[in-house]
Parts: sequence; structure tokens; C-alpha cells
Amino acid sequence: MDALIAQLQRQFRDYTISLYQQGFLDDQFTELKKLQDDGSPDFVSEVLSLFFEDCVKLISNMARALDTTGTVDFSQVGASVHQLKGSSSSVGAKRVKTLCVSFKECCEAKNYEGLMLCYRCVRCLQQVDIEYKALKTKLQDMFNLEKQIIQAGGIVPQVDIN
Amino acid sequence: MAVGEVMRMEIPAGGELTVTSPELHVLAVDDSIVDRKVIERLLRISSCKVTTVESGTRALQYLGLDGGKGASNLKDLKVNLIVTDYSMPGLTGYDLLKKIKESSAFREVPVVIMSSENILPRIEECLKEGAEEFLLKPVKLADVTRIKQLIMRNEAEECKTLSHSNKRKLQEDCDTSSSSSSHDDSSVEDTPSSKRMKSESENLSSLF
Repeated sequence: MDALIAQLQRQFRDYTISLYQQGFLDDQFTELKKLQDDGSPDFVSEVLSLFFEDCVKLISNMARALDTTGTVDFSQVGASVHQLKGSSSSVGAKRVKTLCVSFKECCEAKNYEGLMLCYRCVRCLQQVDIEYKALKTKLQDMFNLEKQIIQAGGIVPQVDIN
Repeated sequence: MAVGEVMRMEIPAGGELTVTSPELHVLAVDDSIVDRKVIERLLRISSCKVTTVESGTRALQYLGLDGGKGASNLKDLKVNLIVTDYSMPGLTGYDLLKKIKESSAFREVPVVIMSSENILPRIEECLKEGAEEFLLKPVKLADVTRIKQLIMRNEAEECKTLSHSNKRKLQEDCDTSSSSSSHDDSSVEDTPSSKRMKSESENLSSLF
């Protein structure tokens, strides 16, 4: 059993480090882990669940706002991006946040307007959608590894990112 | 200090005051459900009692400052700190700060503003209106630890001035409960609390 635990812990460690190295997560995620303890063992996954629900809601708001059958309210789109930027920043979802920053600049830039601006926003939105889903899958894999370690009777190791 | 533990502190050299310090009660205001969850955890882990609300309007309702019927039941409401997001739909954190500072019941309660945007004029405007601090999001545990220490120092300082029979402070406390606003203590009101706090905190290190 010990060999299995050791192997799972190694996998977990390598996987976590790769998520940081590939820019999926930043040190705010590390900060969230500090807030998890035996009293609140699922804190991180709970916050991330709320974040993913937020993504679904805000992305669908923006998709609706960008529906060109009516007049597009770009300030509404900007407001939703701002919210998504905020929550991605709070959970350490680095790539999502970076996309939100460019998306926001796209909404606020004076270079484009009307249909062209709408098109650019839709492209940004598609990228955000892909990115949050990719993160969700990665984190599910990471949380599964944690579960496997615990089920095997081991402790989830603290991963030092540096 | 463990949650719920009572801290007794005797001020020596002539003062007979005993200070009991139960856990701080913090009101956290943020329209983002993710941020509410995080700030709540940050505060709980720092041994604070936390109430979260999702808007400035709900915060005013909670404090009984919305002119509603609930106000008369709230004389026992003790809030030691208000932490609020700046950008919220409807009432912004700045608007909320102003309303709190205008109220007689809560104007002495420290208010901390949080924002994801590092905009200097915004920060200055909030500090000028009496905000204790301006925190840049995402908020970390170190930020909350620092704020808590600040607040506890302020509370100790208020008790210290009481123990030295500061009539000004006693008078202000009386006025707070009777909600009469016409006392002329301009020296307290002109100085933004953040600046006042900074000069007084230097005298407090002996207390700890």
C-alpha cells in the first residue's frame, strides 16, 4: 500500500507543479490552499465550484448580450467581463484572468465598434469558454488524485511551487 | 487567541480598567459570490465572527441605516469592522462608506475598501472619506491579519483613552447612543481616521 501511496503522491506533486508551470494556476491558488484545513477540508474545491458556476452564468450573459439580433450593449458585456476577471483573480485561475484582461481591453478600445467590435468580443468569449473548461478538467483530475491518495490511506502532500 | 476566548487586559499605572476582548464581528460586503466565500473564510480563520451580504443596500438594511422598521431592534448590534468591495452595482463601496460615516451609530466603525483596480484617485477619495485602509484584490491572509491587528489596536486605544477619563470620548459615546449629532468635537471629525490611527498606533506598542 505504501508504494501505491508514494506513487500517487508523486503523481499529484508533478501534476500540481505542471498546472502552475503551464500557467493554469498562480499564487492566489496557493493562498486558497492555506485556508483549507481539517475543519474545512473541501474549501478549495468549494470555491472553485462557485467559480465555475460563475463562469457559466457570466459567459451565457455575455453570449446573450452579444446576440446581434438586438442592439448590443457593450457596457453590459464589459461589466460581466469585469466580474469574471475579478473572480478568476480571486481563485488563481491565471489563464482565464489573462483572457479577461484582453477581453476587457477589447470592449473598452475605441478602435472598433458595431459589428466588428461584436465579432472581436465573440472571439474573446469563445476563448474564455474554452479556457475555463480546460481548467475545470485539469482541476477535476487534481482533486481525483487527492481523493485516491486519501482512500489509499495517505496524506495529500504540500506542494512547494518554487 | 482562540475563538470565543475572552482576553482580559489590565492597564497598569493608575488605571483600573479591565478590557475584555471577545472575537471581532465583521460585516463583509461583496457582490461576487466567489469573493464573499473567500473573504468569509479569511476572516473566520482569523478568529472573527463574519456576516456577509451581497450589496451596499443589504448592508444598510443590516445596519438599520436604510430608514426601515428594523432600526429600533439594532441597538445591540455590534460590528467592529466593515469590509466592502468598491465596484458593486447600485450602491458602490464608496457610497456605502459615506453613509456609514454619516451615521451616528456606525461612524466610528472602521471601514476597509477592497478593489481589483489600483486607481490612485479612487484610493485617495476613499481614505479622505474616512476609510481605514484600501486593499487590492485578490485579498490574502496576510492582508486580513494586518487589518485585524490594526482594528484591535484601535479598540485598545479607545479603551485606553476611556481609562484616562477622557471626557471627550465619553461624551461622544453618549451622543452615539442618543443619536444627537450636534456636538462640536471638530478635532475628532476633521481628522480622517486612517491618519489618526497612524499617529496613535505608535504609542501603543507598550500595550502589547
